[in-house]
Amino acid sequence: MNKHGANDTVGGRSLWQNAGERLRRNKAAMFSLWLLLFFVVLVVAGPWLAQHDYTQTNLSLGSTAPSLAGGHWFGTDALGRDVLARTLAGGRISLLVGLVATLVSLLIGVFWGAVAGYCGGRVDALMMRFVDTLYAMPFMFFVILLMVVFGRNILLIFVAIGAINWLDMARIVRGQTIGLRHREFIQAATLMGAGTLTIIVRHVIPNLLGVVVVYVTLTIPQVMLVESFLSYLGLGVQEPFTSWGALVNQGALEMETAPWLLVFPALFLAGTLFCFNFIGDGLRDALDAKSDEDGW
Amino acid sequence: MLTFTLKRLLSAIPTLFLVVAATFFLIRIAPGGPFDSERNLPPDIRANIERSYHLDEPLLQQFGRYLKGVVRGDFGPSYYYRDRDVSELIAESFPVSFTLGMTALLLALLGGVTAGVFAALRRNSFSDHAVMSLAMSGISIPNFVLAPLLVLLFAVHLQWLPAGGWRGLGSVVLPAFTLALPQAAYIARLTRASLLDILGSDFLRTARAKGLSRSQAVWRHAMKPTLMPVISYLGPATAALLTGSVVIEQIFQIPGLGRYFVTGALNRDYTLVMGVVIFYGALIIVMNLLVDLLYAWLDPRSRRRQ
Repeated sequence: MNKHGANDTVGGRSLWQNAGERLRRNKAAMFSLWLLLFFVVLVVAGPWLAQHDYTQTNLSLGSTAPSLAGGHWFGTDALGRDVLARTLAGGRISLLVGLVATLVSLLIGVFWGAVAGYCGGRVDALMMRFVDTLYAMPFMFFVILLMVVFGRNILLIFVAIGAINWLDMARIVRGQTIGLRHREFIQAATLMGAGTLTIIVRHVIPNLLGVVVVYVTLTIPQVMLVESFLSYLGLGVQEPFTSWGALVNQGALEMETAPWLLVFPALFLAGTLFCFNFIGDGLRDALDAKSDEDGW
Repeated sequence: MLTFTLKRLLSAIPTLFLVVAATFFLIRIAPGGPFDSERNLPPDIRANIERSYHLDEPLLQQFGRYLKGVVRGDFGPSYYYRDRDVSELIAESFPVSFTLGMTALLLALLGGVTAGVFAALRRNSFSDHAVMSLAMSGISIPNFVLAPLLVLLFAVHLQWLPAGGWRGLGSVVLPAFTLALPQAAYIARLTRASLLDILGSDFLRTARAKGLSRSQAVWRHAMKPTLMPVISYLGPATAALLTGSVVIEQIFQIPGLGRYFVTGALNRDYTLVMGVVIFYGALIIVMNLLVDLLYAWLDPRSRRRQ
C-alpha cells in the first residue's frame, strides 16, 4: 500500500484511493460486502451461537418445522439434528474449501504466469503450451476420478479444486507481466544486479496485486460451486462433516415434506456466491479507471 | 486456412493422448482392485477373472491394449454391468445427453445474446441493471439448487411439467432450462461487455457518420465483432454443459451418459469411468477445435497470429 500511497504528500490521489471511492459508490458491491461480512461472522461464530451441536441427533424431534419457540429456528432434519447449527457448520467447510483452494490456485497461477510472462521467448511458449493443453481437458471429470480413486478426503478436495483453477490465473497474470516487463523500474532493478527470481517476487508480483485481488474474489465462488457440486453428487465432504452442497443434496430429497431442509442451506450458499460475484465485479470496475461511468 | 486446419488437427492428438494416459494411470494407481468388494473370492477364481480382464499383464502392455482399443472406439467391458461393453453403454445413453445439451446450448445462446445486446443498448438504465442482476443470479445460483425448486413449483404444485424422466417434449423443458441458465448468464455478460466495447469504437462512429441509424449500424457492423468472444466461449460452454448435465440428469432422472458416469463413479466401475472421461475429453477437444476453426474463418487476423 505504501508504495502506491507515496504521492499523498503532494496531494495526489493514488490508484487505490480512487478505486476505493468508486467501490464505495457501487451500491450492489457495498451491500454485498456487508452481507458477506454478516455471513462470515455468523458462520465463524456458529459453534458459540447455535444452541445445539450440529451432529447431535434427537429422534423424538425428527423433521420438526422451523419455530422460534421450539429452539430450532431453522427446524430439524429427519434425525432431529438442528438445521441452523448444520447450516453454520456446513458454511465453515464451504468457506474453508473456497479460501484454501483459491490460495492453492493463486500460488500456482501467479507464479506460473509471472515466470512465463517475465522470461518470455521459449520458456513462455513452453509454459503456456502446457496451460493450453491442460485447458482442453475435462477437469471436473478428473476431479471426480480422483475422488473415486483416492476416496473422499477433504484435503484432496482442496488440492484438486485448486489445481483446476490456476489456469485462468496464470493466463491473466502472464498478460499483465508482459506489460510490466519493459517498464523502467524493472530495468532499474536489473541494472542493480537483481536476479530473475528476485525481480519476479519483489517487483513483478506486487504490481499484479490489483488484477489478482479481483480474480481471487471471483475464484472463491467458483471453487465453492465446485465443492458443493461434488458434495451434492455424494463425492465431496463426508459425514460427520457437512457442507452447503451436501446439505442441499439431503434437503432436495425431502423437499416436499420438509422444505426448510433445502431452503436454508440453499439461501446461504446462493447468497454467499452472489456476494462474492458482486464484490468481484465491483472491484474490477473500481480498479479499471476507464469504467468511471459504468456502475456494473 | 488449410494449413491452419491441419496444424490444429495435429495439435489435438497429443492432448487426446494425454487425456487417455492420465485417465488410465490414475485409475491404475488406485488402491484396491475393481473386484475387491466381492465376497472373499477363492484366489484361483480371482486370478481367472483378472486374467479375463487382462489385469495380470504388465502395466505398459495393458496400456497399449487399452490405447489400441480406444483408437478403434472400444473401451473394453464394463466391470459393473457384466456382459455390457462401455462403448455400448455410451452409444446407448449419449444421444439423450446430446439432445439435452444441444437444446440447452441453443437456449443459452439465444437468451444470452438477446439479453446482452438489450442491456448494452440501454446501458445504465433500469432495464440494463435488471437484466444484469438476473444474469448474476443465474451465475450464483447452483443448478442443483435451482432444479429442485423449479420441480417443486412447476411439477409438484402447478403440475404443468413432469418432474423427471425422458418422455415427450415436456420432459425436456425443465432440465434444458436449468442447464442453460448459468451459460445464458455468462453469455449475456460477455455479449454486453463486448458490445459496449464495440459501441465506442471508431468504425462504428464512421458508420453513424455516413448516415446509418443507430440500429442499422449495430446490426450491420457491430454484431459480428460483438459475437467473437461469445464464439470463443463456446468451447468452455460445452465443457460446462457436459459437467452440468451430470447433476441435471441425476436430478431429473434422465437416462443419459452423465447419470451412468455418476453411478459408475460410485460403483467403482473403472472401465466405465475411464471410458466416459475419455469420451468427454474427446468431445471437448473436438468442440474447441471447431470453435478455433470457426474463429479463424470469421477473423482472418487470428490465423496469421498463430
